[in-house]
Amino acid sequence: MFLQLFFIYCALMIVASGVLAISLRNPVHCVLMVLVLFFHMAGLYLTLNAEFLAAVQIIVYAGAVLVLYLFVLFLVNLREELHIDAFIPSPWLGRGIATGLALALLAVLPSFTPGSKGQWSVEAVREMTHTVVMGQEMYSTYLLPFEIAGLILLVALLGGLVLARREENSFEALTKEAISSGCACTQSKEVSQ
Amino acid sequence: MIPLSWYMALAVLLFSIGVCGFLTRRNVIIMFLSLELMLNGVNLNLVALSYYMDSVRGQAFTFFIITVAAAEAAIGLGIAISLYRSRRSVHVDSLNQLKG
Repeated sequence: MFLQLFFIYCALMIVASGVLAISLRNPVHCVLMVLVLFFHMAGLYLTLNAEFLAAVQIIVYAGAVLVLYLFVLFLVNLREELHIDAFIPSPWLGRGIATGLALALLAVLPSFTPGSKGQWSVEAVREMTHTVVMGQEMYSTYLLPFEIAGLILLVALLGGLVLARREENSFEALTKEAISSGCACTQSKEVSQ
Repeated sequence: MIPLSWYMALAVLLFSIGVCGFLTRRNVIIMFLSLELMLNGVNLNLVALSYYMDSVRGQAFTFFIITVAAAEAAIGLGIAISLYRSRRSVHVDSLNQLKG
């Protein structure tokens, strides 16, 4: 009973903060709403007996990824946000597509039949603790994907460095900065650098 | 005991919220954020299935998805910063032209 109440609380908070995250105007508020959402996701992972993933969710998602988002939001000037053209002309069409997708997926959901059970029952996982089980699987069965994930992280690190590095075509940039330092937009520029 | 379908329904809702945000918002950073919401919906589905089917495979997948999401956030935000930089330099150029 307590578990179900906890699930309902987490589900309500997740849906509410998710809807707020995509509908609020201020991007910083959006990121903070997603932070709330990630904490409740970690709570749901705890009800699913996955403590390691709950910790990873909080440390990696809430601690690293969202802080990265916040830093980029502070780097990019909030007044002139980065806008690109939306993929579809009207927002109501997008909402309609999303609602239709949700209804279609919910409609096909009861026809799901689980397959054969694996070897890690809840009792076995509880006996060995979740982290040990994850470590054993990760370093034996999924060793190659694990290494590839490390390589992906390295590529992401290098890519982020190369993309976000400042261009150093020295003279032109310097004169540009010198010229623009006289005008009113300097302050936001210096903040964003 | 919470039924499996509750988790799957919540995952569907979360994924659809992400799709809605990705399609309707025009701010690049919020679009990346909606992408994270979609990935979280998938993660919830995988963890719930791995719990109810007595297997660790879904949780291993979730681990890798979190890795890929972190990489995607780093690359995407790097692209956003360079996009912002190029647009702002265009902005500064037009300002100079107006000044003559």
